[in-house]
Amino acid sequence: MEYHIEAPISKDVLSKLRTGDNVYITGTIYTARDAAHKRMDETLNKGDELPVDLKGNVIYYMGPSPAREGKPIGSAGPTTASRMDKYTPRLLDLGLGAMIGKGKRSPEVHDAIVRNGSVYFAAIGGAGALLSKCIKESEVVAYDDLGTEAIRKLRVEDFPVFVVIDSTGDDLYLKNN
Amino acid sequence: MREIDVSVITDNVAEMCISVNHFLSDDMKCAIEKSYDNEKNELGKVILEKLKDNLQIAGEEMIPICQDTGMAVIIMKVGQDVHFTGGNIEDAINEGVRKGYTEGFLRKSVVDDPLIRNNTKDNTPAVIHYFIVPGDKVEITLAPKGFGSENMSKLYMLKPADGIEGVKNAVLQAVKDAGPNACPPMVLGVGIGGTFEKAALLSKMALTREVGSHSELPHIKELEEELLEKINELNIGPAGLGGSTTAMGVNIETYATHIAGLPVAVNICCHVNRHIKKVI
Ligand code: SF4
Repeated sequence: MEYHIEAPISKDVLSKLRTGDNVYITGTIYTARDAAHKRMDETLNKGDELPVDLKGNVIYYMGPSPAREGKPIGSAGPTTASRMDKYTPRLLDLGLGAMIGKGKRSPEVHDAIVRNGSVYFAAIGGAGALLSKCIKESEVVAYDDLGTEAIRKLRVEDFPVFVVIDSTGDDLYLKNN
Repeated sequence: MREIDVSVITDNVAEMCISVNHFLSDDMKCAIEKSYDNEKNELGKVILEKLKDNLQIAGEEMIPICQDTGMAVIIMKVGQDVHFTGGNIEDAINEGVRKGYTEGFLRKSVVDDPLIRNNTKDNTPAVIHYFIVPGDKVEITLAPKGFGSENMSKLYMLKPADGIEGVKNAVLQAVKDAGPNACPPMVLGVGIGGTFEKAALLSKMALTREVGSHSELPHIKELEEELLEKINELNIGPAGLGGSTTAMGVNIETYATHIAGLPVAVNICCHVNRHIKKVI
């Protein structure tokens, strides 16, 4: 199935999506990768508030190349999601809506996705130039000192992704091989 | 003795960093075109088409092909009759990387210490391998390496008794484990023989060989072809979403080894297999 959906994505919409669906996302999403996840985890350990409210939001595992003048962003494709697996169940339990990345996830992440009615999407790895065209605005909202690994708020239009793990726990990669 | 001012090396490295991250070499473009023509899976074909579009946008608009513009791996083949002047060669190469990555709007993906992990903010230092060769030329090969695929690479210390079947199983296992993480369709660089570190270096050098070319050793050429076929039966496919294009090439390099060993290194690269060579 093909869907055009708005982000943040409601639980209702997430529950309709199935493994293999072709989805185009329009709206606001946030970037975070290794270093930002580590810092968010440390923040939670201290009992402090996260710099971004994750409730219902989408995290895109991505660290862009620098933007040329007049462009909102540089090359902007997904990074490997499994490096975030250690931190993900906690974020999902705190209300993170969905994730965009590439590659396999751990059993713990699968469980947390099902438990929270979330979805894991994949974007095409290595298509950073093409994907950057769907990003209309980009603004660093936290951890500016982390450079490419800072948390960015993105406005995306028809950002193309595939449902890899749906809210029932079905996994597209496992189906294929 | 030929004198070469190190600033020449700096300028060339800088220019190569920018070019290699925006334009794939002809062998890679050809391999992606060919995969697109041959892919049977409908979704696989759609993804390969997007990869072709991605290359076009990258070149036309000067947006890096992939946001992970890699850690710069540089292989220097220095003629023994060359004398570098005007500074330290290592500094000159790193200055080239700094210049290329800064002026070319490339991502800075290098941290200074593997455990403390502060970004050096200019993508230096590069990983540099030097070889002294006959002659008075300098051959620079630059192959920026993204870590989605680098992380999935493996080194096996097999036993001589494992033989060629052991090698095949090792390569296939590495590809299966990599799956969608390594941004398939992949290119495999395989190093067989030598010592622990020699096998790894051979596998990296194998990735800089043109995709579509073959080993001059008949039994290795055969192995390259057989492995490519077997890998493409795994149905990992473009982006790991299924299809007959899991790899576009298997390049194998070999070296003499010890009576007790059979080292096999599998360096996995994604479809953004960047390599550029220049002779000065
Ligand atoms: S593995 Fe290659 S294509 Fe994938 S994100 Fe890394 S550099 Fe880019």
